[in-house]
Amino acid sequence: MSEQIESVETFRLRAREWIKANLGPIQPFDLTQDCADDEEELVAVARDRALQRKLYDGGFAGLCFPKELGGQGLTPEHNRAFNEELAGHEYPSRFTVPTFTPCAAVIMEFGTPEQKLAHIPAILKGEEFWAQMLSEPGGGSDVAGATTSAVRDPATGDWILNGAKVWTSRAWWHDWGIVLARTNWNVPKHQGLTVFLMPLQQAGVEIRRIERLNGETEACEEFMTDVRIPDSDRVGEIDGGWTVGQRWMFHERMGHNSPYVTQPVGLSHGRTEATPVAIARQAGRIDDPAAQELIGESRALGLVASELQRRLASGAAAGKGNTDMSSVARLFRGMANVRQRTIAFDLAGAGAAGWTEEESDGVGVQGMEFLMRQVSCIGGGTTEISRNVIAERVLGMPREASGDKGVAFRDVPRGPKRS
Amino acid sequence: MWHVLTSDQELLRDTTARFLGDHVPLSRQRKDLRRDPAGFDPSYWRSGAELGWTMLLVGEEDGGGSVSGRGAVDLALIAYEFGRNAAPGPLVDCNVVASALTGHAGDLQKGVLGEVLTGGAIAASVLGHAPWQNPGEAAITIRKQGDDLIIDGTLRPVESAKQAGYFLVTGRSESGMTQVLVPADAAGLSVTGLRGIDVTRRFGAVSFDGVRAPASALVGEYGQAGAQVSRQIENAAVMLTAEAVGAMDMAFAMTLDWAFDRYTFGRALASYQALKHRFADMKSWLEASHAIADAAAEAVADQSPLAAEKASAAKSYIGEQGPELAQDCVQLHGGIGVTYEHDLHFFLRRVSLNRLLYGTPAEHRRLLAKIQIEKEAAA
Repeated sequence: MSEQIESVETFRLRAREWIKANLGPIQPFDLTQDCADDEEELVAVARDRALQRKLYDGGFAGLCFPKELGGQGLTPEHNRAFNEELAGHEYPSRFTVPTFTPCAAVIMEFGTPEQKLAHIPAILKGEEFWAQMLSEPGGGSDVAGATTSAVRDPATGDWILNGAKVWTSRAWWHDWGIVLARTNWNVPKHQGLTVFLMPLQQAGVEIRRIERLNGETEACEEFMTDVRIPDSDRVGEIDGGWTVGQRWMFHERMGHNSPYVTQPVGLSHGRTEATPVAIARQAGRIDDPAAQELIGESRALGLVASELQRRLASGAAAGKGNTDMSSVARLFRGMANVRQRTIAFDLAGAGAAGWTEEESDGVGVQGMEFLMRQVSCIGGGTTEISRNVIAERVLGMPREASGDKGVAFRDVPRGPKRS
Repeated sequence: MWHVLTSDQELLRDTTARFLGDHVPLSRQRKDLRRDPAGFDPSYWRSGAELGWTMLLVGEEDGGGSVSGRGAVDLALIAYEFGRNAAPGPLVDCNVVASALTGHAGDLQKGVLGEVLTGGAIAASVLGHAPWQNPGEAAITIRKQGDDLIIDGTLRPVESAKQAGYFLVTGRSESGMTQVLVPADAAGLSVTGLRGIDVTRRFGAVSFDGVRAPASALVGEYGQAGAQVSRQIENAAVMLTAEAVGAMDMAFAMTLDWAFDRYTFGRALASYQALKHRFADMKSWLEASHAIADAAAEAVADQSPLAAEKASAAKSYIGEQGPELAQDCVQLHGGIGVTYEHDLHFFLRRVSLNRLLYGTPAEHRRLLAKIQIEKEAAA
């Protein structure tokens, strides 16, 4: 059944017209997911659901999802054109990551026909927000060392889940999660994992908000106690979870560049930050040569970081260097961000000690930004892990000794030995 | 350096690489050339000029030309090989002066450019007033007296000052920056040789005591040389950073080999995580340095609106990380790293010296800040 696909340019004009007629200007809470309080956040969530439904009814939801699942069956080029037309307009920002990718992407790649039918149309209609449940309190970078356990109930064939997951963004209002769990403790760690789909808002799932040191509470921790999951909500093979997991993490890395994600181009994520020049000016130090050196250093690091990204991309395109070179970019970005935060803190001077209720950027907030500085070297895999990857897989140095290679996971040390 | 080159660019680079390897191997620089007044034979420089070392920033109408249409990129390939070989010779200054003289109609300028192109004469840049300085800080002044120009002041360091036949002097005039081309035998001009940190290169202090030059010796307009000086500094930054990246590549490769070969407590150095992480850091600096050096060369070649920023970003970032990397390589070598017998010091010298020339990291950061402040004032 070869159906003629609408040309990108015709599609673009149709999209432009529809967007103009139906979508308002971009809102502050589209640029950043941060809201003043939970009440405002729930309003934003409801508004995102309604906006996603509007896209669905207008025939513009899920451009790269198949038609039989409620999508439009179009190409990444159509999605890019739509995103370009969407510039400056409001959009359902909370669906982009992690709902469309990695969650919907994983269901598309590994889900059964029934799972796809049950969830992809619901996601595209704005009815289901999805969270990804990968990290655990007991293991940061060692994702495959998951200890959340799923045990088969021989009577019903259901799985009984127990354990905890952590760093799940805004899980407290999400509907579903994909979960990586251990189903076999008698084989090495990568061979005993399985992936499940799980409703989040249920009795056996306790969701706790994690307060970061700056007071912000977007991340959550979930404790699962005897959560019953039917086998029909298993994704991929039993004990085949690492196959799913590796692609899951690929889709996670794709993030906002995924063809499944619809969002306006030209968006900068996170809050709109005061520039080093603005901070120095506000601090009354713009003519100070020492301050100018800091401003210039910060600017240079920004230029170097983007050129490094370009070099690594061109190296990959030319077949030079291996895929682990991406760890070089991760390490550089982490260290450069840390330095830039420190520079902003230095430029702000004593003014960074306190701020008024009205200040959302500038000198006053640099103190708190500084306290949160190391996030850029922790989130998404620590810089220590990237240093290991660079040393071992790029430079070919000997691997670190590990206690879990070829060992049944049951026998892998998970804490200090006690006599 | 670039992942992909044209075959013409590869030929240009490989020819220079072979020539440097044959004529100025480190074994020769360590002994014979160490005490040589110039650091190289005149025939070496003339042969290099024949290979294209001094023509890449010069227009075809003046007898120059590039192989790719992007002279600064081609020149960066040459400079990179200079860095890898810790090669002697005033590559940076001759090209800076050549780029300043191309397109000028005057007989003096044309004549000097011709000599620089053939390698028959060496020209050095005397940057007696730089864009990162405040007006009062200039080391050299140039004023009008009748139809003549009078130059006063002293500047150091000036590369190959004892060997140079001509100096392109940058100084402060009452109306702004001025550049004048002066022969080395001008009355009132004196050169004092300096001892320096790089055994492969020579520097001097150049003094001007009421040196008189005709108005026809001006390069650009009197008091209006600011923009051209900035472009010359961008060209210098491209060469100095490409050289530094070549030297960093050599120091890093040498140290990586050492980490695999050197055993201590029954293990290769490469097996210690504390050291592995330092190599990973160095690798990230090295890749970042390649990236920004290449980007600066492209932006300068294309005269992109970001040329000044990318050149200053490269000069400040590599000026900082180049010596850091080389010093870390010394540390990872241990005692042998500070011996004259080992090759490592040639690359430490190169990156440390290049950090200082044509603007230190702090000076280029201030230039970047000025651009940023202007941009945000305009926005």
